[in-house]
Order: sequence, then structure tokens, then C-alpha cells
Amino acid sequence: MTDATAMLTTNDGQPLKAALARSQRRARRNALLLVAPLFLFVLITFVIPIGQMLSQSVYNNNFSVAAPNLGAWFDDHPQGSEIDETAFAALVADLQYMKEEKLSGSAGTRINYDISGSRSLFTGSARKVDDLTPPYAISVPALDEKWTDPNLWRAMRSASSPLTGDFYLAALDLTRDEAGVIVQVEPRQRVYKMLFGRTLMLSALITGICLVLAFPIAHLLATLPLAKSNLLMILVLLPFWTSLLVRTTSWIVLLQQQGVVNSLLVSLGIIGDDGRIQMIYNQMGTIIAMTHILLPFMVLPLYSVMRPIPPSYVRAARSLGASSWTAFRRIYLPQTVPGMAAGALLVFILSVGYYITPALVGGADGQLISNLIAFHMQKSLNWSLAAALAGLLLFGVLVLYWLYDKLVGIDNLKLG
Amino acid sequence: MKTTLILTTALVGAGFAAAAQEVNVVSWGGAYSVSQVEAYNKPFTEKTGIKVNMIDADNPASPLKAQVEAGNITGDVFDIEVSDAIRLCDEGALVEINPDDLPPAPDGTPAKDDFVPGALRECAVANIVWGTVIAYDTTKFPDGQPTLAADFFNLEKFPGKRGLPKNAKRTLYLALIADGVPAGEIYEKLATPEGVAQAFAKLDTIKDSVVWWEAGAQPPQLLADGEVTMATVYNGRIFDAIVSEGKPFDVIWDGQYMDLDMFAIPKGSPNPEAAMEYLKFATDTQRLADQAMYISYGPSRKSSAALVGMYKDGKTAMAPHMPTNPANIVNAVLDDPEFWADHDVELNEQFNAWLAN
Repeated sequence: MTDATAMLTTNDGQPLKAALARSQRRARRNALLLVAPLFLFVLITFVIPIGQMLSQSVYNNNFSVAAPNLGAWFDDHPQGSEIDETAFAALVADLQYMKEEKLSGSAGTRINYDISGSRSLFTGSARKVDDLTPPYAISVPALDEKWTDPNLWRAMRSASSPLTGDFYLAALDLTRDEAGVIVQVEPRQRVYKMLFGRTLMLSALITGICLVLAFPIAHLLATLPLAKSNLLMILVLLPFWTSLLVRTTSWIVLLQQQGVVNSLLVSLGIIGDDGRIQMIYNQMGTIIAMTHILLPFMVLPLYSVMRPIPPSYVRAARSLGASSWTAFRRIYLPQTVPGMAAGALLVFILSVGYYITPALVGGADGQLISNLIAFHMQKSLNWSLAAALAGLLLFGVLVLYWLYDKLVGIDNLKLG
Repeated sequence: MKTTLILTTALVGAGFAAAAQEVNVVSWGGAYSVSQVEAYNKPFTEKTGIKVNMIDADNPASPLKAQVEAGNITGDVFDIEVSDAIRLCDEGALVEINPDDLPPAPDGTPAKDDFVPGALRECAVANIVWGTVIAYDTTKFPDGQPTLAADFFNLEKFPGKRGLPKNAKRTLYLALIADGVPAGEIYEKLATPEGVAQAFAKLDTIKDSVVWWEAGAQPPQLLADGEVTMATVYNGRIFDAIVSEGKPFDVIWDGQYMDLDMFAIPKGSPNPEAAMEYLKFATDTQRLADQAMYISYGPSRKSSAALVGMYKDGKTAMAPHMPTNPANIVNAVLDDPEFWADHDVELNEQFNAWLAN
């Protein structure tokens, strides 16, 4: 048998096995070439920028490139060493370098993330560095006594290595004390953990509301005759095609205190003119506007799953004696699980990263973590912290995705 | 990125290569640039024969940084914010300006005493002052109008929601002013934890009644919608709402927050002499006063205030609308970019935490 196989050849005498392998290789290569544009596109526009951004969360060399001498001093002197003349001499050499290279601003900004007020300490001291004379352990503190603060030296030590976990600590409301031990920041500065919690909670709530609202609509769409359901479908899709900003500002017009809904309630006598309800610029505004905006993402997967479910299944269950509730619960509902799962996953992940709607209608208590990420990207320009916050958010979503896969199974996902 | 920058700056530069007697001014565009063309550029060309090319940018500091980075400076004078002026000066990119070179006021007051505090920097000279002020809807308080920053925090006497910007810089000072801290001591206070706590405690008294805004266009809209009865606004915007749109709003100048816009000249600009001539001319007493005819931003010289005339509509006297009007700066806080460079992070962190809890 083995001999017979070995002797199988193609017409031109090549072994069949080799010819087959070659032609398969060619097919594989062609397939690869076909996906190459997409692969490159995703790599260039998605993987690389996001990777670069995330790397900023653990890598910040603004201080380390500006302070090579201090970096060397910290390497030779472990945490807890006395800040002596050699340390101040290294500091003065670095300030000199910063002045020449115009680096004092960026180096000071890096330390300022940790210790407020140190940006001007660096720029001011660098400007006057030429006036300093040895012994520096006396002249530098005489210039500004902040230089003797052990916490400042702790921050400089930490920043002198470009690889740092400081930003992840900050993103979890943690910091280091003078001895380098991780502690919580002061209560008046704690904000991120609470916002992570709120973001997850509100996202879950919005997902739940979307599911409850979308299920009957999708069912109606799936069971109505095609002409009518198409019309309904347009009503679902129309807001989907409308600009997000237009929809959000429409909600402002509707819900504000002098808005349509409140005025209607007042004119109907349900509430008094001075009892107008605050429905926007708070958490409620965020929930209402986001639910509306994300609803189509729930309706569409549900609809696509419900449409092919034959009505005869439920009828068969009913004819076998099941009550309408039992038939729904045991026959219809289980078949819609893939749609529910897909919709819930879509809505949840979209709302975890939602930014513009809470910014516009969220007021104070309707802000989500993404609003602070945007704040650090655009206003405070602390990109490393923004990257750390985004990294944590991404990690959280991946954990939830993994949990979801364990509980529901990703194979059960059906988007349409 | 860098090559594109070089390419664009080179292309822009090519346009100005020829004539010797000209100066390229980069400014913010819109009504603001128009006011500068009318008040500075036309009379400058008339007087000196030097042609002025007005170039618009969203923020002139961006092309300035790009040109410095690319080593190909094509603009001569840039209209930039104070924080950018200071930073670029720190980085050695700007020409230093000696205040003694600037023309004195008509009465002989030297320039360094004539400009408002903070208007003369190492490498830049302010041309305008703009203010963040409290505006209110006059129809909402028939029993007496608010007049002080403290009234902003008095919800009993002046009921209704308040509009405030969602950041530390433009809220904390107002709380301290309303709490009786003199304008001159605001930054001293804000540098201490007690002062910050005092500001937040004052803000706590109205926290539930605040509608937070993010863009400058929002507060006039919130007032017009009746959503708030008082809000802090940029004075140019509210002037527009009052004078051009005829809205029943009025302004409280007590506790206004003043920011400056500055002229700066980059090192290595193509026409350095003409640029310095232009800068001196544009920041003289008469020119700064003339600009106010076209836009409600204040001249940065004290001596200009008396010369400020009518708005271009010919019937609105501009002086009372100027952030620099003597009556309007009695209790004004001047922006301090150095303070904010140091404390922005810490105060905004606390502000965000305060807001979210």
C-alpha cells in the first residue's frame, strides 16, 4: 500500500503529494495576500496607535532625559539614603543641563503630576542655576527650601526611571508616601475608583433598560407582516442615522427645566411651576440620552435573531398544553438568547466608553470615566495618566468579555 | 508629520518671499482679526508704507510652534495666549521685548506703568484683555438686581439655577471673591489647602443649583433658555447677546477674571525690524482704543480707556463694556499663568473629585 501511494504522480511525473502541497501553499498565499490590506490597515490605524498610547501609561521619559546626573545618583544610592552634597551637586548639574537644553519645563511638569508646585520650582531654579555656588547642599535650599522636601526627592527618584507604575497608581487613587510605600491619596482627591464603579454600574443599568425596551419592539418587528415591519424598522433606524450631537441636544431641549416635557407637565397641572423636575444635567439625563442613543444596537441583533424563529414552535407548545407564559419562557426566550447576548455586549461595551453624551447632559454626577480620560488628553495634557485610565478600562472590559465567554459562550453571539 | 509641516510652512513662506517692506501677522481670524485689520493694520500701512499680511489660524501658537520646530519662520508677529508666550519664551523661541522701547502714553507715562499688570512679559506685549464675568437675566429679579459676585451665591435673594464652567480655574476664584477675599489675595489663598477648602465650601452652598458648561457658547444659551438665571460668561459673547441680539441680560463686573492676549515676535522672523515697528505701533494708546470700536475686548493700556468710543453700530458706547474700564476692574482677578502651571493638576484633581462626589 505504501509503495502504491509513493508511486502516485501527476501527469508530468511529479509526486502527487508535493504537487498538492504546492498548490495548497499557493492558495494559502493568495488568501493571505487578500487579507493583507485589511491586516495592514488594522495594524497601522488601530494596533500601533493604541499600543503606542498604552505604552505611555508605563513609559514617561520627560524627567529621566532631563536629569541624567540625578538618575546616576539614584542608581548608586538606594531609597532612604541621605540627600547629601553629592545629590545636590547632581541636581545642580542637571538644572544646568535643563537650562541649556530648555528642558526644565517638561521635567518640572512630570514632577508636578506628583507634587503640586514643582513646575515653577524647576523652571525658576534652572533660570538661576548660574548663580549657585558650592557647597550646593546649602546654596540650593537657600534658593528655594522646597528642594529639601523628602517627598520631592522620592518623586524625582521615581521619575528618574522612564518605566514607571506611578500612573497606574494614580489611576487607582493611590500614591507613594515619603518612604515609597503605596498609600491611598487624600479623600478629597479620590475620584477615579468611584468613577470606574459608576461607569460600570450605569453601563449595566443602561444595558438592562435597553434590553427591556428593545425586546417587545424587536418581537413586534419580527412578527408583523413585512410591509408594516419595514415601516417600523425605518422608525428604529431613523434616529440611528441622525447625528449623535443632534440627538443629544434634542434631549436637552426636551428635558431641561424650561423644556418641552416639564412645560407639558406644568400645563397639565401634574406639577407646579416651581416644582419643575430636574431631568437633565444629572445622572438621569445621562441614562435617558444614552439609552435612547444605544437602543438600536439592542433592537437590531434581537430582531435578526427573532425573525427566523418559526411561530409554529410556540403554537406547538401551546397545543401540547403549555400556558402562554410557559411557552414564552421555555420555547421562545431560549431561542432569543444569542440576540440578547449580542445586544447586551454591544450596548455595554459602547456605554463603558461613552464620552460626548455624558459631557453634554451629565452635569456633575452623570460624568463617566471617559470624561476624565478626555480631560487628561485635552486639558491637563497628562497623557500618561489618560493612557493608564484607558488601559484599566480596557482591561476591565476584557475581563468582562472573558466572564461573558465563560457564562454565555462567545459562540452563542449572533449579530445578525 | 514633520515633513508636512516643513512643506506647508515652506509653501506659506514662498508667498511672502518677494517684497522687503512688509510684515506677516498671524492672528485668530473672525471678528477679532477684522478688528485688528481696521484698528492696527490699515493705519500702520498708511503711516509707514509697510504692507501688513494678515494670516488667520485657529490658534496662532500652533503654526508658531510648527515653524519653530521646522526651523523655517515665516510669520513676523503672532497673537498668542499668555501661557504660550511664557512657555515659548522659556524655550528661547521668542525675541525679548524691552518695555522702554514701547511708546509712552500721550501724557508721557512710560509704557511699563501704562500697561495693566501682567501685560508686559519678557518676550510679549498684551494687546487686549478679555474677561470672564457674571451675567444675569434682568427679567428674573424684579425686586432688585444683583450687583456683586456674592449675589451669585445668594440663592434666597436671587433664586434660580447658576451656570458655571466645569473647571477649577474659573470657579474657585469666584467662590473666594464671593466669600469676601480681595481679588489681590486670591492666588495666595488658593496656594494653601485652607484657602482651597474655603473655596469648595462656598461652592458647596450652590452645588445643587449649578448647571455646568464647557463651551463658551453655552452660557448665553442657558440664559436665553431660562435654564439659569445667572451664569459666568466670556464678556465678548455676552456683549454680542445684549447688543446684537437685544437680550435682556446684564453684567456684574465685580469679581471678573481677566485674561490677556499677547503679541510676540519669534527669533529668526523674516522681517524683524518691521515686526518690531508693527508691535510698537499696534500697542500704542490710540490703536488699542480704536480696536474696541470693533469688538468688546479691552485695551491693555490704561491710557486707552479714555479714548474708547462707540461700537461700530454708532450708538453703543463701548467704554462700559470694556473689561478694562476703570469701574470694571475694581475687584478683578488677573489670570496668573505661572500659578496655574504649578497648581492646575492638583486643583483640577480636587475639583473633579468634588464634582463627582
